[in-house]
Amino acid sequence: MTTEAPALPREHYLNVAYGWKSWLFTTDHKRIALLYLASVSLAFLAGGVFALLIRLELLTPAGDVVQAETYNRLFTMHGVVMVFFFMIPAIPAVLGNFLIPIMVGARDLAFPRINLLSWYLYVIGGLFAAYSILTGGLDTGWTFYTPYSTVYSNSNVVSAALGVFISGFSSILTGLNFIVTIHKMRAPGLTWFRLPLFVWAHYATSLIQVLGTPVIAATILLVALERVLHLGFFDPTRGGDPVLFQHLFWFYSHPAVYIMILPAMGVISELVAAFSRKRIFGYAFVAMSSLAIAALSFLVWGHHMFISGQSAYAGLVFSALSFLVAIPSAVKVFNWTATLYKGSISFQAPMLYVFAFIGLFTIGGLTGLFLASLGLDIHVTDTYFIVAHFHYVMVGGTTMAYLGGLHFWWPKITGRMYPEWWARLAALMVFVGFNLTFFPQFVVGYLGMPRRYYAYPPEFQVLNVLSSAGATILGAGYVLPMVYMVWSMRYGKIASANPWAAKGLEWETSSPPPTENFPRQPVVEEEAYHYAPDLVVGHGAPSPGAVSHG
Amino acid sequence: MSERGEHGGHVVSVPTYVGVFLALMALTGVTVWASGQDFGALNTGVALGIAVTKATLVVLFFMHVKYGSSLVKLYIVAAIVWLGILISITMSDYASRGWLGPRQSTAPYQIEDR
Amino acid sequence: MASADPHPALAHHFESLEVQKESATLGMWSFIAQEVLFFGAFLLVYTLHRNLYYPVFEACSHHLDLKLGAFNTAVLICSSLTMALAVHAAAVGKKRQIVAWLLATVLLGSVFLGVKVVEYHQKWEDQLVPGLRWGAAEDVGRELHLQGADVDHAQLYFSLYFGLTGLHALHMIVGIPIILWIAFRAHRGEFDAAYNTPVELTGLYWHFVDIVWIFLFPLLYLIGHH
Repeated sequence: MTTEAPALPREHYLNVAYGWKSWLFTTDHKRIALLYLASVSLAFLAGGVFALLIRLELLTPAGDVVQAETYNRLFTMHGVVMVFFFMIPAIPAVLGNFLIPIMVGARDLAFPRINLLSWYLYVIGGLFAAYSILTGGLDTGWTFYTPYSTVYSNSNVVSAALGVFISGFSSILTGLNFIVTIHKMRAPGLTWFRLPLFVWAHYATSLIQVLGTPVIAATILLVALERVLHLGFFDPTRGGDPVLFQHLFWFYSHPAVYIMILPAMGVISELVAAFSRKRIFGYAFVAMSSLAIAALSFLVWGHHMFISGQSAYAGLVFSALSFLVAIPSAVKVFNWTATLYKGSISFQAPMLYVFAFIGLFTIGGLTGLFLASLGLDIHVTDTYFIVAHFHYVMVGGTTMAYLGGLHFWWPKITGRMYPEWWARLAALMVFVGFNLTFFPQFVVGYLGMPRRYYAYPPEFQVLNVLSSAGATILGAGYVLPMVYMVWSMRYGKIASANPWAAKGLEWETSSPPPTENFPRQPVVEEEAYHYAPDLVVGHGAPSPGAVSHG
Repeated sequence: MSERGEHGGHVVSVPTYVGVFLALMALTGVTVWASGQDFGALNTGVALGIAVTKATLVVLFFMHVKYGSSLVKLYIVAAIVWLGILISITMSDYASRGWLGPRQSTAPYQIEDR
Repeated sequence: MASADPHPALAHHFESLEVQKESATLGMWSFIAQEVLFFGAFLLVYTLHRNLYYPVFEACSHHLDLKLGAFNTAVLICSSLTMALAVHAAAVGKKRQIVAWLLATVLLGSVFLGVKVVEYHQKWEDQLVPGLRWGAAEDVGRELHLQGADVDHAQLYFSLYFGLTGLHALHMIVGIPIILWIAFRAHRGEFDAAYNTPVELTGLYWHFVDIVWIFLFPLLYLIGHH
């Protein structure tokens, strides 16, 4: 508990140098994290605009806002931008980059210049994608299915494909950096099983990034080459096979969804511990479950191809394995719940996002089990049921965790607190808006409304109107933090080194941290989340609400 | 967890390098010769087996993995296993077309006319 | 721990030269691991199409120049030896030998690339370059001893041939300037027995490129010569 108002440290990573060169040529992982924050926020805005246009069209059953071809471009670019330029980099490249060196007690990542290169590759990939969008867009769906993408589409396939290709290497290099850092640069005393679960989650994510991304890089390069040179690998009229493309594409793209969710789960572990002031129940199981998810995620890709013409035998095997991969995710949810039990819980904005995550991810995950069931999937595939499923896990899951983490570590990153009541309002808007947008989509999808269509039968209109209304609220809920976070960087209440009274190496250095992260090399002598044990429910260590208020 | 780096001491000797080099050259000759023989169903296996042997020699000796950390060995195994997953599961799809269900075509995807 | 004067090559964020070296090595192996998957994706495309069209692949493989392929394989293995000897020289601190062996590696690598130019040129003359210069069906058929749909499927083989060997050659084209730069740094005396990581990492990269060719040679040049 502080008795005097906190002050910013005299020198920290933000004021140590000024000017555009100090940002564009930085090798400080914390500044690179902020470069990413700016870029992924831009991508999120762009993807969000496409989403709003989609929901605008779907207000009415007739296709009356845009033409069918335009609509195809809208949902494609929404997907491409959101998946490759927001979801995949967001938590690892913003929060992971910022926190991992600090959490392991190091001065920087193993390869700082490669870290900067990662960002530049992301930006260049983004420019290629932007070029594709601005010169007419892509209409193949974010999945680039052949032979439409390689032969018949009249849209900007090659530039979009190159954008994905280049940004893929950004992802690979980030993963490579994290793996080496976590193996080699842990502080004295920081054994593997003392690491924060955030670090475990990012380690597992990095394994997927290094092993999976090169496959889609090769595949999307082949798509571009096939389109330009009229090769025939994915074209049945030339002796090739479109299903081969799908095998290659989904071999990465399924693990990719775990690249999106694992870091989010890492964030949730940190937040649950901090806001219930308890050690995570079953720490070792949660740590191992991240690795299990990473490994199993590579064995299930065929569940995206149940109706594509793969063999029934393959469908059977992929279906069974897909049930298996739900188990480690469930382990995490059970352990978070057990952590909350008899914890000293407080309800600041980050914790609101945690509750949203746990509920919505569970729904999304359970519907994933429905879809793993081959018999059921055949009926709902390519309907809005699928759309709802993945938005529940990616938006109700990852994006909630991203926002929660951003709020939780905001004081560490900027030295300022965000305004608490605005943040709670935004969290509420996001939660309400999200459910209003996507729950009707489960219903309308189960009733048979197909995805990727700009018109639909009139009986689905009510549900679609609800969904579009929700999208507006959701959009407003997302814009609000952008406004007040920026505001807080100048006018927010100055934060102490540890405004949440949380455990973790990041809270043992100043807010914001110095460039070298720690004035002295930290030595770790305690387990992670070593909160004082409470003998009586609710008493013991002071709740975080006592120290910070927005 | 700290691993002993390869520079923890061991320097591979020149005679070892030359020996591996000669083995690689010899195996190259063997693989050319073997391609002229007919081992029936084992043809591809023989060629790949020789290639794997050559690659193993390069990895263990030229790339110092024999004297390196177990973490690196784990990496190499992981990369190979993952590639194996990609190829074997995908090919098992093609191989198993027609095993289950009444109306599956057993022929691989082919369109005769254009 | 670090001595009073840290080695000039020690980066500020590493505790010691040993940690730095172990990290760099692990980083390079991570890069190689992802390269295995990158090439591997193309190998899957190869595997499927070879299974679908084995007779076509066989006929096309016979059309490649086996002698040049074998010669190139030998050249690349030699270059792996010279590279290993360069790394060895660095480990024992023999500056001039490092430079000599690295330059020898570059020379052998250039010979390899020169032969590839010859081979590619031959394919160009024979009009067997899919997408850029593919002859009329009868001409190609005659060249490869194929007919009908097989002629079109031969394009798949040659696409893989150019794709795989081209990607491989690209890795060599990137590698050679890197080796030259490392040779230049060695010449300037930047490496000693305590610090020679860049030489070792370059060696790892080059050996990996060799390993890729070790697989490409039988897969492309040696299909069924019985």
